[in-house]
Parts: sequence; C-alpha cells; structure tokens
Amino acid sequence: MSVTTADTHHDDHHHHAPTGLKRWLFSTNHKDIGTLYLWFSFAMLLVGGLMALVIRAELMYPGMQVVDPEFFNQMTTVHGLVMVFGAIMPATVGLANWMIPLMIGAPDMALPRMNNWSFWILPFAFGILIFSVLMSAFGEGNPSAPNFGWTFYAPLSTTYGPASTDFFILSVHMMGISSIMGAINVIVTVFNLRAPGMTLMKMPLFVWTWLITAFLLVAVMPVLAGAVTMMLTDRNFGTSFFDAAGGGDPVMFQHIFWFFGHPEVYIMILPAFGIVSSIIPVFSRKPLFGYASMVYATASIALLSFVVWAHHMFTVGMPLAGTLFFMYMTMLISVPTGVKVFNWVATMWRGSLTFELPMKWSLAFVILFTCGGLSGLMLAMTPIDFQYHDTYFVVAHFHYVLVSGALFTLFAAAYYWLPKWSGVMPSKFWGEMHFWNSLLSVNLLFFPMHFVGLAGMPRRYADYALQFADYNYWISIGAFWFGISQIFFLIVAVRCAMKKGEVASANPWDAPEEDLEWTVPSPAPFHTFDTPPVVK
Amino acid sequence: MANETLQQRNRKTLTKLVVSVVAMFGFAFAMVPLYEVLCEITGLNGKTASSAAVAPSDVDEQRQVTVQLVASNSKDMPWEFRPDVRSVKLHPGEIKQVSFYVKNPTGADMWAQTVPSVSPGLAAQYIKKTQCFCFDKQQLTAGGDEHMPMIFYLDPDIPRHVNTVTLSYTIFDITDRVNAEQSAGKRDLAAR
Repeated sequence: MSVTTADTHHDDHHHHAPTGLKRWLFSTNHKDIGTLYLWFSFAMLLVGGLMALVIRAELMYPGMQVVDPEFFNQMTTVHGLVMVFGAIMPATVGLANWMIPLMIGAPDMALPRMNNWSFWILPFAFGILIFSVLMSAFGEGNPSAPNFGWTFYAPLSTTYGPASTDFFILSVHMMGISSIMGAINVIVTVFNLRAPGMTLMKMPLFVWTWLITAFLLVAVMPVLAGAVTMMLTDRNFGTSFFDAAGGGDPVMFQHIFWFFGHPEVYIMILPAFGIVSSIIPVFSRKPLFGYASMVYATASIALLSFVVWAHHMFTVGMPLAGTLFFMYMTMLISVPTGVKVFNWVATMWRGSLTFELPMKWSLAFVILFTCGGLSGLMLAMTPIDFQYHDTYFVVAHFHYVLVSGALFTLFAAAYYWLPKWSGVMPSKFWGEMHFWNSLLSVNLLFFPMHFVGLAGMPRRYADYALQFADYNYWISIGAFWFGISQIFFLIVAVRCAMKKGEVASANPWDAPEEDLEWTVPSPAPFHTFDTPPVVK
Repeated sequence: MANETLQQRNRKTLTKLVVSVVAMFGFAFAMVPLYEVLCEITGLNGKTASSAAVAPSDVDEQRQVTVQLVASNSKDMPWEFRPDVRSVKLHPGEIKQVSFYVKNPTGADMWAQTVPSVSPGLAAQYIKKTQCFCFDKQQLTAGGDEHMPMIFYLDPDIPRHVNTVTLSYTIFDITDRVNAEQSAGKRDLAAR
C-alpha cells in the first residue's frame, strides 16, 4: 500500500524533502544526485591518486623500494580504472545532472528514479574493485587484485588473470550499467525537456557536448560489457573467444576493447570541451566564436572516434594498408580539434579578459591540452609509434590530455559553478594555492615523462634502467606535490559546503542573460524552472 | 494532459535507446564472426587454413622461397616440441613434407592442440597444407613420443617480394578441455 501511495505522490509534490541519510539515499532530485556524483568522483580522485603515489614512491629511485612488482602491477591497473571510471566519468555525469536541467530550463532530469539508481550502483561497483586491492594489501595470503593493466588484455586477464578478475568483471559491468543509464537520462532530458524556444542550435555548448558524449556512451559501453562477458565465459564456462588453443584469437580482444576504448577517451574529453566553451566567453565578455562550427566539430570528433581504434595497436602486426588507414584517420581528428582550439583563441581575441579562477583553469587547459594533442599527433604516425609504443612518452601524452585536460576543466567547472551550487564564492586564497601549485607540479610530474619515454623507458614496470634515475626522482617529486595540491581543493569544497565565504549573487561572474543557470538565485533552490522559462 | 504526452515521449525515447544498447551489446558478439571472416578474406592475421588443400598444378622452377619452421610451447605446457628441420627451401608449387617431434615427458596421458601462425601475415593464405597435424588434436600417452608429418606447398601466386616465410606452431595443453568434453559426452549417452 505504502508503495502505491509513494508512487502517486512522487511526481506532483516533492516539497516535503526528506532529511539526513534518507535524503541522499532516496533522492530523485537532479541537484542532490549531481552533488553525490561530484563528491563521489572527488573521493575516487583521491583514492586513485593515492595509488598513483604508491607507483611514484616505488619509481622514485631505481631498484625495489616500497612494494613488490606484483603489487605495483595491481596499482597501475586499479589506478587507471579508478581514475577513468571512478573520477573523470562520474564527475562529468555529476556536472550533467546539476547543470543540464538548469541550462535548458527543465525542472529535473527526465527519468529521476533511474538517475538515483545510476548513481547508487557506483559505490558498490568501486567497493568491489577496491576491496580486492585491500584484500591484496592486507588479506591473508595476499590474493592478487587485478594486475593486468587497465586495458585488461587477454590472455593476461583470462588465462593468467588472478581469481579477483571475476570481481573485476562484475565491477566493470556495474560501472557500465551506471554510465549507460546516466547517458540515456541525458539524451531523454535534452530531447524532451527543453524550455519552449530552446532549439537544439540555441543550447549551451556544454549541453551539446554532453548530448554527443551520451550517444557515444550508449554506443560503446555495451561493447565493453560484451568484451568482459566474453572474458567471463572464457574464464569460467569453457568458451574460447580469446584462447588460441580453442580457435579463438587474443588479438581480437584488443580490437573489441579499443572499439570501446577510443570513443571512451572522447567520452572523457568532450564534456571538458563543453565546459571551457561555457567559461571562456564569459571571462572574455564576448560570445563564443563559431558556435555552429563548435557543434559540428564535436560531432565529427565523435564520428571519427569509431574509425581510429587500431592506432592503439599498430605493433600487433597489421598489414600496411591497415596501419595507413588508421594513421590517416587519427591525424584527421586533429582538424576538428584544431577548429575548437582556434575558436577558443578567437573568442579571447580582443576580449576584455579577466583572470578569475575558472578562467585560469580554462586557459591552462587550452595550452596544456594542446601539448597533449601534439604528442598524440606524434604517436599517430605508425613508424614513430613503433618506437614510442608502451613507453613513458605514451604515459606523458595521455596524462596531459586527461589530467591537465579533462581534470583541469572539471576544476574550472567546479570554481565556475560552486557559487550556484553552494551560494558562496569559492575561497580565493585556497583556490589560487590550488591552481598555481597544480599548474607547476603537473608539468614537473608529466613533462619529463616525454624525455624518459623517448629515451626508451617502458611503462608498467616496477623498476627501470639506471640512466632514467634523475628524471624519475623529479617526476616523483612532482607527483607528491600535485597530490598535496589537491588537498587545497578539498579545503575549497568543504568551505563552500559549510557556506563559509563571501555570499554569491545570482550572477557573480556577469554571465550573459542567455545562460539560464545564472537566472536562478544562488544557491539554486531545490526546485527550479517548475514553470519553464521562455527562450527568445 | 500535457504531462502525459511528455511521459509518453520520454518512454518512446527511452525505448529507442534501450534497444540501441541491446543492439550494441549484440554487436560486440557479432564482431567475433565478423573478425574471423575479415581475416579469412584478407589473410590479415597470419592464420593458415584449417582444412586440407588439393595439390597444385604447376611448379615455378625460377623462384626459391625459404620456409623457416618454429615451434614453441604455451605457458605450463610440459611437452617437448620442435621441428625436425629448422628451415627448408622450396620452389612455389613444389610439394614438401616436413615433420615436428613431440614427446610427452609427464607420467600422464595428455591431449594437445597446435595453432599455426605465419609471418609475414599476408603470406599465410599462400601456404597450402595437404596434410597437417594441426588439423586435429594430438594425444600422447605418458612418456610417448611421435614425429608428426606436415605436407604443404606454396601457392605459385605468392607475392614476388616474399623470399622467406616463417611458419610457427604453438602447442597448447587441452587435456582438461578434452576430458570435460568426453565426460559430458558420456553423460549424454547415459541420459539417452
């Protein structure tokens, strides 16, 4: 009985907001769920960061120092998985939850209960994954956690995978279900809940990039689910998808994985493009240059992402025609990406620039992401890739685009929208500390990796040849510095959550009126746009 | 009323998206046969045909190609496994017999399967085997050994720039799998 009552009451009146733990557990409010996602992803950033620090502590000096190689491999594996699926992706979903309804003038996400579920699956998924690491570190007999790298290539993860691989498979399935539900929610919301007058080509770019990201998620997360399902049956039910002895092919695993994996990297970076496209015009006091070309560039990046996957596997022994195709397609992606970078620069050109924290992070993103893009262009060249494959040059490349790329824009987004979320301005002092320390340390951390990579230091090993010692020492110093810098952000976030700081007005950054999120008061009330705004 | 149409619209969009998710999950599995077919047509991944070829019509006396034979064991496979000759020279079209030596040094009867691979990969489709141990699984009793024959020729159409071909076999222990299949077969018979 009580269930039916709750059902009928649900959509119409939601003004009796429950309090305490129940508010968060049962919440169907897009703002609450967005907040949960953001805190969860920041917690995962710290967990994944601790694992990275274990890696850097081991690599600070040559020889074996801190952990044994077996545990080192588990750290590189779980660090990658936690950062990709636990930190970056949920953070962008959290931003989508908070901002998309506010930006398109919708009262909430279209499917609020699914929204609740898609968040609450995540802590369990990561609980399973991280528990296997805790078992490995402290459990009796130290049963190994997943140790095959975040790309879990067969047969490392099938024939030779530790027993915990089956937990890992369950965990990846749950993460996948969560992201698919989140993506479906975004698509349904954007298609059906836009305010009257908000045509597709009037949507803010953040909404556009997220819509395209959501389509990528719907297209490729099921493929990942398929790949781990094949792993599961190979391991436990006697199939031979990836087992050469039974007629399968381990190289096929790489094709299926990267068919998911390459669109996945755009899933992480496209929302970032949307964030800077929202921030840069506001602090340049000019409309975004080339709005339509930005939309088309995003769409073409997304389409191209389906035909470049084999550039991750040039060295498997593809014929010349194959490598040429994937090389040219990969290089083609730099065209729409270049359009975006030039549009951001053109937006700033002759603008009245001011350099508040969101703008600082966005500028750092534009410059450092371009560095990462250029090293990507180098890696795209097949003959050169044979030299760089699986070296620290690759590690430097993808950390430039994911840390100083995606993560920096997530910080930009947090500083930009924290006044709207919390009602207080983020602390300038701690914010500046966070920005300058992160900016300097991230370069000390990742830039020398280019050099050791070019000199031939392979990735994913617990030790290295002596000639790499000095660089690795400084890289580790950079890593610890960068890690400590993130504590400053924790201070900023906690102060905002406790409402400490200067009270924020409804539109503290003087954003143009078309940006609907700044037309509601700060902090944004629990229910916004119950009657949709009219967009001219 | 307006609310109801919104709900219907939401449901419609949701249904389409769920169908695409299920379809993409299916696509992941469809990639398996797709990959097989594509590799077979193009000969991309260095696999030779798994059934016997017929004898060739003509021999190209003008050319000579070296075929190197390589044998390796997969992890935890205790058998001795090596080619009796490490390399042979032959004219395209000429039929050649080679053999591989296997020995089961353990105290148990075992089953094995060999899997071929060719480098350069594109030469794979020009290696024609009229008889090969790799077509079937092999059984050796405890301590038993055998010279396994393989009869093959090179298709005279093999590209001119290919002067050396490496044909490698990896041997896998499939004892557990065969035993499982046999006991399942027995159970089926008993059930009948």
